Amino acid sequence: METRKGENTRMSKRQMTVVGGGLLGAAIAYGAARAGTSVRILDQGDSALRASRGNFGLVWVHGKGTTMPDYVQWSKEGLRLWPELQNELMELTGVDAGLQQPGGFWLGFDEKDVEARAVALDKINQDGGDVPFQMMDRAELRQYLPGLGDAVVGGSFCSLEGQANPLMLLRALHAALKAKGVDIISGVDIAKVEHDAATGTFVAIAKDGQRWKSDRLVLAAGLGNATLAPQVGLLAPIKPTRGQVLITERLKPFLDYPTNKCRQTKEGTVQLGSTAEDVGYDDGTSADKIEWLARRAVETFPVLGQARLVRAWGALRPLTPDGYPIYQESETCPGAFVVSSHSGVTLAASHCYVLGPWTSGLTQTPREFKSFRGERFLDPNASFSNGY
Amino acid sequence: MATDTFFSIPEPSAAGRVTITFEGEPLSVPAGISVAAALLAGGVKTFRSSVVGGGPRAPYCMMGVCFECLVEIDGVPARQSCLIPVREGMAIRRQIGAVELQFGAGEEA
Repeated sequence: METRKGENTRMSKRQMTVVGGGLLGAAIAYGAARAGTSVRILDQGDSALRASRGNFGLVWVHGKGTTMPDYVQWSKEGLRLWPELQNELMELTGVDAGLQQPGGFWLGFDEKDVEARAVALDKINQDGGDVPFQMMDRAELRQYLPGLGDAVVGGSFCSLEGQANPLMLLRALHAALKAKGVDIISGVDIAKVEHDAATGTFVAIAKDGQRWKSDRLVLAAGLGNATLAPQVGLLAPIKPTRGQVLITERLKPFLDYPTNKCRQTKEGTVQLGSTAEDVGYDDGTSADKIEWLARRAVETFPVLGQARLVRAWGALRPLTPDGYPIYQESETCPGAFVVSSHSGVTLAASHCYVLGPWTSGLTQTPREFKSFRGERFLDPNASFSNGY
Repeated sequence: MATDTFFSIPEPSAAGRVTITFEGEPLSVPAGISVAAALLAGGVKTFRSSVVGGGPRAPYCMMGVCFECLVEIDGVPARQSCLIPVREGMAIRRQIGAVELQFGAGEEA
């Protein structure tokens, strides 16, 4: 049995081990399983620093990839593929991942920020981005966002965007994994991964000594990738950034579009976010940040002053130094892959439909993945900023 | 039987009694207890309706966690009745469905 101690030698023709059962690991494992690969997931379970829990739920592109055109196209592809994933998961599992794509708004509180935004969005398209966007002043924004506060001076709109429910997406993916017969082994903390060059196989070793053998290995362990990737010839210098978010009671619908500051879910709650804090591995909350988020939300939509907050929580984003993902197969240990991204919702469908077959060895490495190699962080002349 | 309460409050209370109303009907209850306790002892079975399915709901945890006991108190919607002490003259109504934010003048589209 998969969960007992000792080496597991049962292996199908193409056995894949995915380390990490969050939004990335689950999407890739599902994409691999539906392509015919035999997959197991090794997941920390409830003790994991689950970035999926802190995801704000935006399905987003405009403003992303200002310094990396390949990431603009990759994000656009994610938005294009999303409806297919939503329908497939709904049909297979009956779980609604909550996708709505009415378009999305970025809101600015400062004239300079709004001007800088327009310049950045223009540059993305000068570089070939082809991302539809529209700058709007407050009066125009109010036609779409009734009740917008005077503190908002302007913003931008992109018709491709929307939102989903990160928690329901994770639940839908896990239900889909079960439906496809994927082994989900929970409560294991993988400390070590080894490659046997002679047989071309991998072993994942848990802290308690349990071992799992496979001939493909996908590291989707979030912050854990930083220490696991170098063991199979890969690089993933991931660091945590804390995001705190708030959620209100369920309210009658008043906000038809998601914004970068707040969004109303299908269920009626309004999610307010988020902070970006460098506090190491502390995923707690703090009164000063909760107050700041609440104040900003009321400035954005004064009517939110009437709403009651029901929860606040923190989660850690697994960020690369430049904020862009790492997707790479190891050259020294072929069959080992590292995948790191903090956009587990926006890119969920791409992770499923593109990375699933790719990590299974069924498709060539997509051309744009040259930009997503971990070695870019070794360039001594480069400096990085991740936008957080 | 359906109108009998499952709950009772030990008498007598040294703090005396207050009168509150639930859906306009007066209830005499011991002072100092929570609104939720007072309504349960008064035989109220449905405090609110589910935002999702519309079904009837009543207090579950009685300690501020489950949000099942929401009622409107003196015009303020969605209050956690298990955390709020009764006061003389309090007007309490069921919380039906989700709260609707009230746009003020100049805020509507």
